[in-house]
Amino acid sequence: MQYTVISLQGLSTENCQLKTEKMELKEKLIASFMAFENLVDIDLPVHDVRSEAIKEFETQGFPSKRDEAWKYTSLNSILKHDYSVFPKRDNHIDYNDIKKYFIHDIDTYKIVFIDGKYSSHLSETTHDGIDVCLMSSALTKTKYRLIIENYFNKIATKDSLTSLNTAFSQEGAYIHIPKNKLVAKPIQIVHFSTGNEAALLVQPRNLIVVDENSHVQIIERHQSLTQNPVLTNSVTEIFANKRAIVDYYKIQNDNENASLIDSTFVNQKQESFASVHTFSFGGKLTRNNLNFYQNGERIDSTMKGITIIGNKQHVDHNTLVHHIEPNCESHQDYKGIYADSSTGVFNGKVLVDKDAQKTNAFQANNNILLSDKASINTKPQLEIFADDVKCSHGCTIGQLDESAMFYMQSRGIPEKEAKALLMFAFSNNVMNSVKIPEIKQRITKIIANKLGVNIGFDL
Amino acid sequence: MTKYTEDDLREELKTKEYEYGFYTDIESDTFPIGLNEDVVRAISLKKEEPEWMTDWRLEAFRAWEEMIEPEWANVNYVKPDFQSISYYSAPNTKPKYDSLDEVDPELLETFKKLGISLDEQKALAGVAMDVVIDSVSVATTFKKTLNEKGIIFCSMSEAIKEHPELVRKHIGTVVPQKDNFYAALNSAVFSDGSFCYIPKGVRCPMELSTYFRINQANTGQFERTLVIADEGSYVSYLEGCTAPSRDENQLHAAVVELIAMDDAEIKYSTVQNWFPGNSEGKGGVFNFVTKRGLCEKNAKISWTQVETGSAITWKYPSCILKGDNSVGEFYSIAVTNNYQQADTGTKMIHLGKNTKSTIISKGISAGKSQNSYRGLVQISARAENARNFSQCDSLLMGNDCGAHTFPYIEVKNKSSIIEHEATTSKIGEDQIFYCNQRGIDTEKAIALIVNGFSKEVLNKLPMEFAVEAQKLLEISLEGSVG
Repeated sequence: MQYTVISLQGLSTENCQLKTEKMELKEKLIASFMAFENLVDIDLPVHDVRSEAIKEFETQGFPSKRDEAWKYTSLNSILKHDYSVFPKRDNHIDYNDIKKYFIHDIDTYKIVFIDGKYSSHLSETTHDGIDVCLMSSALTKTKYRLIIENYFNKIATKDSLTSLNTAFSQEGAYIHIPKNKLVAKPIQIVHFSTGNEAALLVQPRNLIVVDENSHVQIIERHQSLTQNPVLTNSVTEIFANKRAIVDYYKIQNDNENASLIDSTFVNQKQESFASVHTFSFGGKLTRNNLNFYQNGERIDSTMKGITIIGNKQHVDHNTLVHHIEPNCESHQDYKGIYADSSTGVFNGKVLVDKDAQKTNAFQANNNILLSDKASINTKPQLEIFADDVKCSHGCTIGQLDESAMFYMQSRGIPEKEAKALLMFAFSNNVMNSVKIPEIKQRITKIIANKLGVNIGFDL
Repeated sequence: MTKYTEDDLREELKTKEYEYGFYTDIESDTFPIGLNEDVVRAISLKKEEPEWMTDWRLEAFRAWEEMIEPEWANVNYVKPDFQSISYYSAPNTKPKYDSLDEVDPELLETFKKLGISLDEQKALAGVAMDVVIDSVSVATTFKKTLNEKGIIFCSMSEAIKEHPELVRKHIGTVVPQKDNFYAALNSAVFSDGSFCYIPKGVRCPMELSTYFRINQANTGQFERTLVIADEGSYVSYLEGCTAPSRDENQLHAAVVELIAMDDAEIKYSTVQNWFPGNSEGKGGVFNFVTKRGLCEKNAKISWTQVETGSAITWKYPSCILKGDNSVGEFYSIAVTNNYQQADTGTKMIHLGKNTKSTIISKGISAGKSQNSYRGLVQISARAENARNFSQCDSLLMGNDCGAHTFPYIEVKNKSSIIEHEATTSKIGEDQIFYCNQRGIDTEKAIALIVNGFSKEVLNKLPMEFAVEAQKLLEISLEGSVG
């Protein structure tokens, strides 16, 4: 109501310029869809889903700052590249060059993609009791048809970028854990881009179905190996059925020409437990859409994140927890440390339906600004339609405590280390709920690296 | 007494009718419905305004024509048809009165029903009243006392005639004509309002208050208030509203501008009780208000509001903390019942160094109502050491209502400290149990809890108003507040 006209005008001119740029990529993508149809089997039922999705994308186009959900994140800078949509060749990378990007000190299943294409020599998949394999085979083979029919694109929303992904959905990870299975090893999903294309757009599509009483841990990472721009528009659908336990870790430490738009949808059935930890340390622009739908009673959902960025990086966390049934809990805890000219966005929403009595929802977002050029926009929202609930959110923005700094410095801890210690402590809440010790160590190392300190303790 | 439960309370809330719904039959001078440039000119002519004012209105009108009605608020309603509203209505019985005896007895009766008789107010002597019936001021009291101090407190139309230099200099500086859809509409067609100027270094000796009432059927009320506190001055301004029961939705689009110059302090309190519509959600006032204050160096603006009425409330009293060390405060209680919808909150724009702001917002929803808090805290890059604390609590009564929080926090300065917290809960069974156990019956317990819940804000109201605010809470949530 009170936005000045001037700012609105400013916006609209920006929008006009932006439109011409966007039109190009948008048109290119729509044209590519026809080429894409030649590559895939269009007689499969899944192709109807794709055709519908491309229409949806065509009507909506790319989101602009006018959309409330994208108010603080502009895609202008990343949409201007001339992305290749289909990488031409199969690219090969030597394991030793990329070993460091894996959690390699424990035994894991691996699903590895290079420039969007599956790399069988780097991967370690299985069909032994559980299915850890590829989306492309799941979409085509009849033995997976039932699962695809029941789960594929069932909870992904119809917003423009998700629709774009759905339209081109072909490759990604397919994980199905049947009843009563405890998956012994974590599963790593890693995407590499080699930089053989001048600019690359990849759209991985993952489907994870965890049946009753089963337990799985998944680690996801996107890594660009050169400075060529890469845009990843990834969509993951996770189904946690009755009493299932799903632990999902996203490690985002890409180089500064790589951008990531990640949309993850989690559908939970009764008494299930799902957690998603997002560690955002890199990338040019990172947008995490994380949506949880609680379709059952006594569900626990956890979404946590640590963001430590600098330079001109931008990280946007957009979360939604939809409490549909009674007696459920949700915990959100996002910590952010912003240096240089970086910008951070947190847009969290807790929606409690009328029937979702006895809901316990908690949302926290704490931020530290280290530079005057850094900025943070946060919008923690509560929408509550039930009366017998406990919902709270808290949000703070501040600095490192000067007296604590003084305390440590007066005891001989150098400034840099003292700062690092405080930042570790600041993000400790999030680290505490990480269940794989090797990930904790890895994250600690990445943080220490980023801060330029050598602290070797466990958190 | 039989056991009083929350269910009983809910039942009572449902059936509670608007007590102050009545209609005073005063002959009115009303314009035909519709809005165009001629109507804007006619309003200006009617009020014998100078040319610059007419032009200013026309400029606003032309801007308004280009604008579209905003839709982003979390409310649902049938949009008013701006061409089916009459834009001017003034009580016919002129001229103005010097004493109460001369005032239309029917009017006095109206105030008696409202429980705010002028006599009583006069006796209390602390309050000067600028009574607004519909759009034109018909009585002003205590003017003399204020005159002695050099304080100007009069209706807007009077101010335009008698202090054009002040009005011309300041009007539209805080809320520009083109600020938003409703502010533009108001700028074009505002009928009257209050004007207040406190000279340098003067501490206003009494609480200034204006009572607004929508009276004439089908007349949108477009109030324009301008309060200027010159350097080092202090003023406490009170505004209260009640409106009679009407079946058609009435539109209220007011603009309030506050200017606090260096070292000045303005305290602006509102008790709002426009007709909220009946228990089926029929009728009720649309309240689309733009309120904003500008703080210069070391200045302070404090907004306190108690919102119990209106079918739709859409209101964000804001502070622009332009000067260094300036302070903005916002204390609010919003109660919604039946089918009421409120989307209210504040904006704190920190521009100067060492600026501070506090936001305390309490929402109580009952019946089938929806209550939203929407706030913005913005820290600009040069607002060093800015400090904000926000707290938004919601209390839900019954399972058909909703409480929503939409805080926007935008920070561009590393030395600022921002805290925001929000909670949503209902009256806990354990709280009631605790009280029952100690011999407090359930009704009293609920009263106690609701009172305690809103205490922080009620405490901020001036004495004279706190009593009335309590009364209004009682009407809105009768049975729960003792």
